[in-house]
Amino acid sequence: MSNGWPLWEVFIRGQHGLSHRHVGSLHATDAAHAIQNARDVYTRRKEGVSIWVVPAAEITASSPDDKGSLYDPADDKIYRHPSFFDIPDDAGAM
Amino acid sequence: MYAQMIKSEATKDDPEQLAAFQARIDAGDKIEPKDWMPEGYRKTLIRQIGQHAHSEIVGQLPEGNWITRAPTLERKAILLAKVQDEAGHGLYLYCAAETLGVSRDELTEMLLDGRMKYSSIFAYPTLTWADMGAVGWLVDGAAIMNQVPLQRTSFGPYARAMVRICKEESFHQRQGFDIMMKMVNGTEAQKRMAQDALNRFWYPALMMFGPSDAESVHSEQSMQWKIKMNGNDELRQKFVDQTVPQAKYLGLTIPDEDLKWNEDKGAYDFTGPDWSEFFDVLKGNGPCSTERIEARQKAWDDGAWVREARLAHAAKKRAAQVAAE
Ligand SMILES: [Fe+2]
Ligand SMILES: [Fe+2]
Repeated sequence: MSNGWPLWEVFIRGQHGLSHRHVGSLHATDAAHAIQNARDVYTRRKEGVSIWVVPAAEITASSPDDKGSLYDPADDKIYRHPSFFDIPDDAGAM
Repeated sequence: MYAQMIKSEATKDDPEQLAAFQARIDAGDKIEPKDWMPEGYRKTLIRQIGQHAHSEIVGQLPEGNWITRAPTLERKAILLAKVQDEAGHGLYLYCAAETLGVSRDELTEMLLDGRMKYSSIFAYPTLTWADMGAVGWLVDGAAIMNQVPLQRTSFGPYARAMVRICKEESFHQRQGFDIMMKMVNGTEAQKRMAQDALNRFWYPALMMFGPSDAESVHSEQSMQWKIKMNGNDELRQKFVDQTVPQAKYLGLTIPDEDLKWNEDKGAYDFTGPDWSEFFDVLKGNGPCSTERIEARQKAWDDGAWVREARLAHAAKKRAAQVAAE
């Protein structure tokens, strides 16, 4: 029954070169308004240097029911992890 | 706490699904909004997170009361920042609740018409500047005790909101203690004000943790679901044990003649609050209950035209953009 403002998801990039990270959501009437609100709600302590806002309705998410089929193929490829290979200490740093 | 007396909702789900769900929680999995969850889990969380959010928002009022009368410009700026944080806490929590399928407007309406509650502590008045010290020190202190373990709660969005909130609470408690230190090192009159604030807030602070576990019939299911992490008595004891030495440091007296260290249990014995007062406050009969809801109702009504105008303006801008393309 919400007659309210649309929902936006907020992403913030911190100061140390990491990617934008989802921090939460908020309501706003348009993108500029969402940025303004994100600044007040999510960066009161210099948490970031860049803000992205995305209408929540525009996000397509994988379904939780796909958990199995979507990620299973990774299960039998443990050789993708470096710890799969035994390198003798004699070989030096690697 | 900020969410008191949360009744766990009965669940009428398929036993097999329920068992699988419980197994996920026992394994430390986080439950995310789109995952299957029992109806009771969803409803209990909406009520708990909603009440928590309302407490953050209503909790701005007793402190907002002193912003214009703070003794210095610096104290005013600090208090303003603290109250603004509380608004932020309310927003983080409303967003977490919304992921469960309730809208923010619905939550607000439920607060205004009494279907949802807020913490009993905010139904008490803040009579002097020393109360700003007592509230930060005791009320935020008690809140921290409850919110730190909630960072590990099973519902992902709630846990993440708690992480953000906990990062900010320490400032709140410290600024309160700092005010108390200033007051007790001031004139005799200021010292008396500090003691008076402690006298008035001590028992309401103890009430924040909710009635004794023996009487909290709904705790068990919530504990199992990991949406309640500790018993009420356990947290209350922890709060008393932490706060008594701080009062001593300030040279203030806890208003409890029976308070004494119990060597055997390695903790303080203390007098519990008057629970009939607590239940009365929760029913909406606290000293400021009417005033608090009136203030929220007024803000909601006065803001209606702003909410509508912003929507209309955004729609007009969108239409103009489409026409230009
Ligand atoms: Fe808060
Ligand atoms: Fe706080």
